Amino acid sequence: MAQLLFFYFGGVIVGTATLVVTLRNPIYSAISLLVTFFHVAGLFVLLNAEFIAAVQVLVYAGAILVLYLFVVMLLNLKREERYHRQSLVGVLLGVVILSELALIVSRSTFQSAIGPFTPAVLQAVGNTEAVGRALFTTYLLPFEVASLILLVAMIGAIVLAKRVVRT
Amino acid sequence: MVPLSYYLTLGAVLFVIGVVGVLIRKNIIIILLSIELMLNAANINFVAFSHYLQDITGQVFVFFVMTVAAAEVAIGLAIIIALYRNRSTINVEDISLMKW
Repeated sequence: MAQLLFFYFGGVIVGTATLVVTLRNPIYSAISLLVTFFHVAGLFVLLNAEFIAAVQVLVYAGAILVLYLFVVMLLNLKREERYHRQSLVGVLLGVVILSELALIVSRSTFQSAIGPFTPAVLQAVGNTEAVGRALFTTYLLPFEVASLILLVAMIGAIVLAKRVVRT
Repeated sequence: MVPLSYYLTLGAVLFVIGVVGVLIRKNIIIILLSIELMLNAANINFVAFSHYLQDITGQVFVFFVMTVAAAEVAIGLAIIIALYRNRSTINVEDISLMKW
């Protein structure tokens, strides 16, 4: 069952991601990216990461994608040629990178000290609480830095997008 | 039970689709969307390792990746709007000069 779900989610993710890259209309690309994000969230649920799945739907599908669609519609683009003239080299490079990654994944074993968060423990404590505990104790400083990044991004976006008033 | 290498392969495929998208498209919005694809590939790998090594740290890092992605989108789209206002194009081939 888990295997079947994995292949469904993986297939849809790869298919819609290809559509994002190949479709002509940016709005259709954004919509297929939305489908990709939902299926990535499904994959996270499959991996016992419910909190991250919820955040994926809220932040990626909810906030980021709406921002993209907003800008696409704001700019009101005319149709133009899709691909760069270096596209053949790009695809070739992609094939090379993919074969390298496949080689790495197939030739290596992934092993490490097993952590304390077995599925049973996560069931008992709750995934959200476990993530929150780690976030506010061990990773408190990175958490604060992340909030600073968001502040800087907010100020930067306002400064960049503001129309300069010439006096 | 799905082996870990399946998830890593899926992440690799998604990442390469993102790389190819950045390289072959002219529309700068699609290039930003492809960057999102690459970030998602990294997130899949993080969560897969978090599950298989039974360590919550991977999920915490996905949280940070999402924060950075949100910041990147805000700044990137602001740059695109400023660019479109000044040049009225978002074709990357037309914006190859630093200053003219």
